[in-house]
This record gives sequence, structure tokens and C-alpha cells, in this order.
Amino acid sequence: MATIAPTPLGKDTDPAGGRGSSGTPSQGPRPGSARARNIRTVGRTIPLVPSMVLLALFLLGPIVSSFYGSLTNASLTGAAAQKSSFIGLDNYVKLFNSPDFPKSIVLTLVFLFASAVIGQNVLGLGLALLMRSANPGVRSLVGTFVVAAWVLPEIVAAFAAYAFFNQTGTLNTVLAWFGIEGANWLYTFPMIAVILANIWRGTAFSMLVYAAAVQEVPPEITESAEVDGAGGFKRLIYITLPVIRRSISTNLMLTTLQTLSVFTLIFVMTGGGPGTNSSTLPILAYQEAFKFSQLGFGTAIATIMLLIGAIFSIVYIRALKPEVD
Amino acid sequence: MAMTSPSGRNLRFVSNGVLVIIAVCFAVPLVWLVLASFDSSATLSVKIPTEFTLENFQKVLTPDISFIPLMNSLILSGGCAIVTVVVAILAAYPLSRYRMRINKPFLYGILFGTCLPITAIMVPVYSLFVSLNLIDSVAGTVFFLAASSLPMAIWMSKNFMDSVPISLEEAAWTDGASMFTTLTRVVVPLMRPGIAVVFIFVFIQAWGNFFVPFILLLSPGNQPAAVSIFNFFGQYGSVAYGQLAAFSLVYSVPVIALYVFISRVLGGSNALAGAVKG
Repeated sequence: MATIAPTPLGKDTDPAGGRGSSGTPSQGPRPGSARARNIRTVGRTIPLVPSMVLLALFLLGPIVSSFYGSLTNASLTGAAAQKSSFIGLDNYVKLFNSPDFPKSIVLTLVFLFASAVIGQNVLGLGLALLMRSANPGVRSLVGTFVVAAWVLPEIVAAFAAYAFFNQTGTLNTVLAWFGIEGANWLYTFPMIAVILANIWRGTAFSMLVYAAAVQEVPPEITESAEVDGAGGFKRLIYITLPVIRRSISTNLMLTTLQTLSVFTLIFVMTGGGPGTNSSTLPILAYQEAFKFSQLGFGTAIATIMLLIGAIFSIVYIRALKPEVD
Repeated sequence: MAMTSPSGRNLRFVSNGVLVIIAVCFAVPLVWLVLASFDSSATLSVKIPTEFTLENFQKVLTPDISFIPLMNSLILSGGCAIVTVVVAILAAYPLSRYRMRINKPFLYGILFGTCLPITAIMVPVYSLFVSLNLIDSVAGTVFFLAASSLPMAIWMSKNFMDSVPISLEEAAWTDGASMFTTLTRVVVPLMRPGIAVVFIFVFIQAWGNFFVPFILLLSPGNQPAAVSIFNFFGQYGSVAYGQLAAFSLVYSVPVIALYVFISRVLGGSNALAGAVKG
């Protein structure tokens, strides 16, 4: 078995959090003196310690060791499994020279764009808007089924989607009713199948966010625009969308990040195949690390995913800044 | 609204029509799951069972196939939810009540953590677990799941705690209660509904998690239902679709029930999205 990082880096970051446990609880001798204030602050930090330890050990540790591990030749089998050595940027060089990785980047981008940015967001917004002018019965019917696909455990949703797109599955049965001979979707068009499945699975989130946001559009503005003769489409473009733009950007960010880490759905439906035709980055990282035992290689892919996630997170946090301050 | 005007009525008609079509598209894969579980000769395609039977459930509801994995799921997600809630409440208290220099970087860190794709760190987490000798350890997996849901839980707990009025605590402080006593005797009872929301939120996520236990737990005796369903699919899935569907349904019922419960409690269906919304 391989050991990538010699020690979990959680230990190095611990002193920052552990500082609290060395101090005594807040019983400063003279209130007001700098020393007493310091002790009090330390005492108040103590409740943060358990969370800091957990986060440092299990989240920060793996992230930091991911950066280091991607620079080694760690492996699950063979000589490198005993003792991994530092090989610099070799993994990255190999990664960009292998045919699978650039293809996987493209597939990931297609998956993100088609299923999250376009699919879930546009369909979610559309559903939220349509539901405002629908019968209550229809509204709850749509809400129930859309949310049900989202609430189901991911493995169950993945099987339901697998059955739907299978060659002998529901989709082809329905197409046969209309005299159309369906394809072997999971084999011939794996990306289309997983994109549609992810839209099916994830639209509920966007729908709920947008339904809440649309409710907060002040009716006075909409009405006055209606009086001025603005049609439904113009009202959408000039009033609704600008008013809910914060929700849109937040939601775009969150759905993109969620979609970036989709693993189970694709893993169950196509296993990344045929070949690597639907291997997005999470699948490729899994395959490299566990199927082909190239831990360093898989870690390099994981590091790149982390960087992509970090960029999205920073943009998202900047949008949310007022809430923290 | 102009519901009586002709254009309003047309709009309503079109909206209803489009929505019903979308609802049917979303429902079909789910309907397959339900129908197949009652069908003794289920295929991958949706069809009305020739005769309704409980045979699939009977075959699946045995200790080896479902009870032990469901029990493992309960241990994993229950343990994860308890650890997460306790740690998150502890952390939320100083963040909510005191102005400290650490608040801002900590909250930014937390927010950053909520965004991280957990899938991306599973390969390094596996290496970490190997070096700590925690592979196949249920406790280790519980703590990792707890750590990965902590950022969101702390964020939610802090928001719930912010809405608990501080005046009662001031009274407790005046009477000489320590920080910990104030937290457990005054704040926690006042935010019980918020705690329930965080607990259920974390529980549902852990219950549905497939990838983490799939990587970290190896022996079948430790694996939760999510992983055993996947293994079942690999072994018998290509023949026993009905049983697979029945097993999936049994496994899904708890989270669906919890979701319905929590959305009733919070009023409206946007319970979880509301908590996540920026």
C-alpha cells in the first residue's frame, strides 16, 4: 500500500487551532488588562477547536497532500508503492501529453456547460416562471416529481437513469410507440445520456432557488411595466432577470460546482465509457488512481479539479462578501 | 393578476400544458422504479406488471442483502450527523456571539469549504486513510463525512443562532453562568428547530453518499446500503431488476420521509434550498 504524504499535514496546521486548548478558560484576573483580554479571547476560541481539528485533518490535510502527492510517483502496486519519490512536474507533463486528459477536460466542460449552466439553470428558471401562472394542482404535480428526482439518493437516481437510457429501456420503448427505432444511448451517445440524466437529477435545486427569488420581485414594478405595454418576454428580460441577478449568479456558481463533482451518476450509467468517451475529470481521476493504480497521476487530476473548484469558489465568495462582513 | 383576461387564460393554458409534459418526463424514470419493484418479471423498460407481487421485497428483505447494509447506513449517517451537529453548534456559538479577529478568516474558510468538490479530494483522502491506517474503519469514515459536511453545517448553525435573541443569555451571564452553561441551557433549547434542520440536512446527505464509503470502506460487513446496492447491481443486477428496484425503494424511503417532514416543518418545499441559498 502506498503512502503519499509522510505525515498528514493537519498536524502542521494544528498549533493555530490547538492554541486555544493550552489557555485557561476565561477567568482573567483584572478585566481590561491586555493579558486578561488575551486569555478571554483564547477561552472564547476553545469551542472552535473541534471543528478546526476535523477540518484541518480531513479537508485541509488531503488538499495540501494532494498538491504534494501530485509531484510524486506514488502508486498502488510495483516498486513505487513501497517508497514514492519526488518527481517534480512529471505527472503534469505526462497528463497533458496523454490523449485522455485533454479529452476529459473537454468532456467536463461540455458536461458543465450543457447540464448545469444551460440545462439546470434555464429549465429551473423556466419552471419557476411557468409555475406562477399554472393551476395549483399542476404546480404541486411538477414540484413533486422534479424534487423527487433530486431527493432520491444518488445511486438510486443513477439506476433509474440507467434503466431509462438503456437499449431495452423506457426511452426506446416510448420511441418505438411512435415507430422510431432508438439507439443504444449509453453506448453511442454517452455524453447526451449523462447530460440529460444530470439535468433530470439536478434541476430541482435551481427551480427552488428561482421560485424563491421570483417571489421577491416587487409586483408594483411588474404591473407598471404591464401598464406601459411591456409583454411577457420584455418583462422577463428587463425586469425579472435584472432583479434576480444575484440569485442567478449564486445559483450558476453552485450548480456548476455541484456538477463538477458529479461522479456516481456517470460511474453507474456508463462507467466513463465506452473507452473514455464519457470520462469527466472525477471519473478519470478515479480510474487512474484505483483502476490503473497510478495514484500520483490520479492525484494530479484531483489537484487540477481542486484548482478549478477554488477559482469558482473565490468568484462565489466575492459575490457573497457582504454576508460575512 | 389578470386571470380573467383572455390573454391570462391562454397563458395559464399554455403553462399548464408545458408543465404537465415536463412533469411526465421527470416522472417516467421514477415510475419505472416503483412499477418494477412490484413486478416479478421486471425489465429495464417501464411497463404495468402482469401481476402485482411483493416477491421482490420478500427476496430482498433479508439480513445479508438489506438489513445489515441499512444498519450500516444508519450508523454512518447517524454518527456523522451527531458529530457534525455537536461540533457545528460549538463552533457557531463564538462566531455568532463574539467579535473576534478569527471570525472573518474562519467564516471565509468555511464558505470556501462549502464550495470544494469533495469528489476531487477522494484520491488524496484515500492516501491519507492508508497512511493513518483508517481504511475500512467505520469511525474514520464517520469523521471524514462529518468534516466534509461541517462547513455547510457551521454556516447554517451560525445563521440559526444569529436569530436567537441575545437578551436571555445576558440574563444568564448576569447570574454567573459560564459560556458552556449558557450555550447548553439557553441557546440550544431555543434553537431546537434549527438544530433539527441541520441534523436532517446532514443525515440526508450522508445517507445518500455513495462515493465516500465506496472508496473508504472495503469489507462488505461495513458497507452501507448505497455501496451494497451497487454491488448487488454488479452481481445480480442484469437479471433481477425487480429486486434491485425494490432494494432501491426501501433504501430511499427514509430520506424521502425526512425530506417531506422537514419541508412541512419549515413550510413550503424550499426547505433545503433556502438553507443553501446565498
